[in-house]
Amino acid sequence: MSGPSGTDALVRMVNQIARNVSHESDDEAARQIASHLSAFWAPSMRAQLIAFVDAGGAGVDDLALAGLGRLR
Amino acid sequence: MSLLKEPDYGTPARVGDAVVGVEVDGQHVAVPAGTSVLRAAALAGIDIPKLCATDSLEAFGSCRLCLVEIDGRKGTPASCTTPVEPGMRVSTQTARLEKLRRSVMELYISDHPLDCLTCPANGDCELQDMAGVVGLREVRYGYSGENHLDAVKDESNPYFTFDPAKCIACSRCVRACDEVQGTFALTIAGRGFDSKVAASADVPFMQSECVSCGACVQACPTSTLQEKTVIDLGVPVRSVLTTCAYCGVGCSFRAELRGDEVVRMVPAKSGGANEGHSCVKGRFAWGYATHRDRQLSPMIRESITDPWQEVSWDEAITYAADRFTQIQAEHGVHAIGGITSSRCTNEEVFAVQKMIRAGFGNNNVDTCARVCHSPTGYGLKQTFGTSAGTQDFASVDSADVIVVIGANPTDAHPVFAARMKQRLRAGAQLVVIDPRRIDLVRSPHVQATHHLQLQPGTNVAVVNALAHVVVTESLLDRSYVQQRCDLVEFARWEEFIARQENSPESTELFTGVPAEELRAAARLYAGAANAAIYYGLGVTEHSQGSTMVMGMANLAMATGNIGRNGVGVNPLRGQNNVQGSCDMGSFPHELPGYRHVSDDTARHVFEQLWGKTIEAEPGLRIPNMFDAALSGTYRGMFVQGEDIAQSDPNVTHVKAALAALDLLVVQDLFLNETAAFAHVFLPGTSFLEKDGTFTNAERRINRVRPVMAAKTGKQEWQVACELATAMGYPMSYDSAAQIMDEIAATTPTFAGVSFARLDELGSIQWPCNDDAPDGTAIMHVGGFVRGLGRFVQTPFVPTDERTSRQFPLILTTGRILSQYNVGAQTRRTENLRWHDEDVLEIHPHDAEDRGITDGALVSVASRVGETALHARISERMPQGVVYTTFHFPASGANIVTTDFSDWATNCPEYKVTAVQIGLLTTAPDTVDFAQVAPGLAT
Repeated sequence: MSGPSGTDALVRMVNQIARNVSHESDDEAARQIASHLSAFWAPSMRAQLIAFVDAGGAGVDDLALAGLGRLR
Repeated sequence: MSLLKEPDYGTPARVGDAVVGVEVDGQHVAVPAGTSVLRAAALAGIDIPKLCATDSLEAFGSCRLCLVEIDGRKGTPASCTTPVEPGMRVSTQTARLEKLRRSVMELYISDHPLDCLTCPANGDCELQDMAGVVGLREVRYGYSGENHLDAVKDESNPYFTFDPAKCIACSRCVRACDEVQGTFALTIAGRGFDSKVAASADVPFMQSECVSCGACVQACPTSTLQEKTVIDLGVPVRSVLTTCAYCGVGCSFRAELRGDEVVRMVPAKSGGANEGHSCVKGRFAWGYATHRDRQLSPMIRESITDPWQEVSWDEAITYAADRFTQIQAEHGVHAIGGITSSRCTNEEVFAVQKMIRAGFGNNNVDTCARVCHSPTGYGLKQTFGTSAGTQDFASVDSADVIVVIGANPTDAHPVFAARMKQRLRAGAQLVVIDPRRIDLVRSPHVQATHHLQLQPGTNVAVVNALAHVVVTESLLDRSYVQQRCDLVEFARWEEFIARQENSPESTELFTGVPAEELRAAARLYAGAANAAIYYGLGVTEHSQGSTMVMGMANLAMATGNIGRNGVGVNPLRGQNNVQGSCDMGSFPHELPGYRHVSDDTARHVFEQLWGKTIEAEPGLRIPNMFDAALSGTYRGMFVQGEDIAQSDPNVTHVKAALAALDLLVVQDLFLNETAAFAHVFLPGTSFLEKDGTFTNAERRINRVRPVMAAKTGKQEWQVACELATAMGYPMSYDSAAQIMDEIAATTPTFAGVSFARLDELGSIQWPCNDDAPDGTAIMHVGGFVRGLGRFVQTPFVPTDERTSRQFPLILTTGRILSQYNVGAQTRRTENLRWHDEDVLEIHPHDAEDRGITDGALVSVASRVGETALHARISERMPQGVVYTTFHFPASGANIVTTDFSDWATNCPEYKVTAVQIGLLTTAPDTVDFAQVAPGLAT
């Protein structure tokens, strides 16, 4: 069985990042998520995920959404 | 170059400030207190005859050949066991001594075969040399008496023979096994004339506990223990000093040759990492380098279903360049990328990342370290400021408590493990944190004080609990923290870690580690004068790998265990150049020297030198490349020396991604699993052909010198240059040394490194620059690279991979001593004699529940795939956990591992896969392998 790829994989990854910074305040967590995505994700991955969020973003955690919001 | 012989000073060096002056044969010499007379004489240039003494072993005093006379003393003491004393006057050559030595040699030779002219060690035999040195001309006793000349030769080991007829019972082999390697496989059986060397309980070497490290062969002064290659090919006549290409220890070896044929690899005493020791892989398993399976000519094919067509280098490079260029023209500049290899030299890796950043014009470069130590890069940079182990290997000699976490050094880093065991035998205490009962937990003269046998996937909870004990029991080194660390971050961390949720009593419920034992381990670590952490992939290859690295860093800072000898946080790197490939800018977000691509200053350094704009945004990581390939946005890939179709997790997913590419270029020694999906195959060079450097786990840059000409006609860095040039970015170097010069010119931590300096110093540990012109053995002395050490909160976030009724067991993977990584090298050597298939280790209760007996063929099924392995019932395993290695393509270990990965770096979670094990009732020869394990069918 092949694992998740494309947007599904990105959603899983961003949610995982969000869970690992969720001990911070919401504002700080969102900043750290945005910072992490900027530092380690290729622009194409960020753009793909933002486009997915713009289209509804099903399955993206609230904290991850807040982080992505800072990348706009 | 002629045959290099390292001097043998007879007994080990002593270290200390106190100096003792003595006179040997009228020459004054000053040596550290405790030095033997034998060594003092050797240092003065006076060689006293010896047989049982060698400077890798403590003095034994049995051969009675190194006798001397000392003014004011009676008799003729053995110089090896006599320490120097102030004012001592020693005579090494007197008529009395000469007579005694001749008599001793006469006795030895009276029970030794007189076959020097046909002996494989002829010309390389200390016994032969000593007979000459003492002037032995006759043996008065004759040869007809009782002797050992008919003793049967043991040829069971594939790499060396044991011929007891030639043994002089000097015990050097026994002592080497004990003192250097620490296996204690050899002994002297019998007494008096019946004394003989015996392996284990006097069984053939292959049936004994011998691990074939070669220390005994190295120590043997005769041809008793002899490499089979020397027997077959003859005594070598020239040698080249180079570096092993197996694990991250980075042992120095003398490649000894006749002509262009390697006769043997001899560990170099001058090697900073190994100091004369070796393991079965580096010492003996080098035959793959010239194996007939090597593909030496470039090949191309239009489609992966077409047959390969051998072509010239020019044709292959032009073909690859044209197709890469076409892909970029049709799909954009980011549609291609590549992967560098931790098996290649720094210079080769630097060239490939340059080819991608400047030639391809994007940052889609990653390295196989992604799947092993990328969390080390993230975690140590966040806390300490740079991605590097903090110590040199010698530091372990000063550790009082050693904590080994998620590492199995006796199998994966055996030469360092031997050194660690020496320290443990000398009194250091050991804590092992590992689900398996690895050998270090209990082996001859080594026993862990604590073995925290945690559930796989709960590392972070355990390290947090250790830190919780340190904080709540006031075991902190507050003075250190106040002087060296960011106090705001520390205060937040201290509050976090003291929470009840991090207590051993709370975490015991899911880690399985008894709270009291964990508390005792924490007290031991925190209370030690010097406590050191060594860790491996059992730390990094988890969904919380980066968190765990930061957790260990927190623990070390909290207890003041960073920045001096005997302490530290030390990653044991899996492959020979993991450290170097990371240093060289292989990660998509980092330029050489761990500078982020968004760092304008750093980027401009390269842009100016390379004449090309470098993108300021990170590129794709390996798993992202696979996903992008499947979505059609990533269509061309260059893979340098890595078999991702075997080594990466969920290979079904990997193979689907590779099959989706328009162009895959593979550069490797062999047509590996990945090459099945390639359109261009570019033959690589073995370590015996490479010219460059490797950087080991202690940041030690070692020279890799070409032992023979490249069998492919090109160095690999030349291929990268030619491919970039063919794509329109001119790139060329005159030599590998020139590449290192460019690395030094652009990378501050390498500023003082050059091939000339490496030749001068032997090796250099980075940082090496104006502040540290000879390199840096221990990092963060007096201050962290980032300034103040940063404590990071490390909440335990469990993996999404969970056991269930359908998949009730946890599979974890690892390595075995005789095999290496995906086995591409070791499977092509006699090491198969020890391990010819991957097996599944399973606890007796788990086996019994499933009706599984030892050796039974079982299915291993996870949520992503299924394979078949033979079972080995083992009490090393805790109940509920099974284990296998991934050295054979047929075993398909990575058919079952999942896509879960570290949250920060995407390092795969190899160490936690929920599986079910079932007995395959069909006999192995009738199993439909295509169903249960696709790899087995081919």
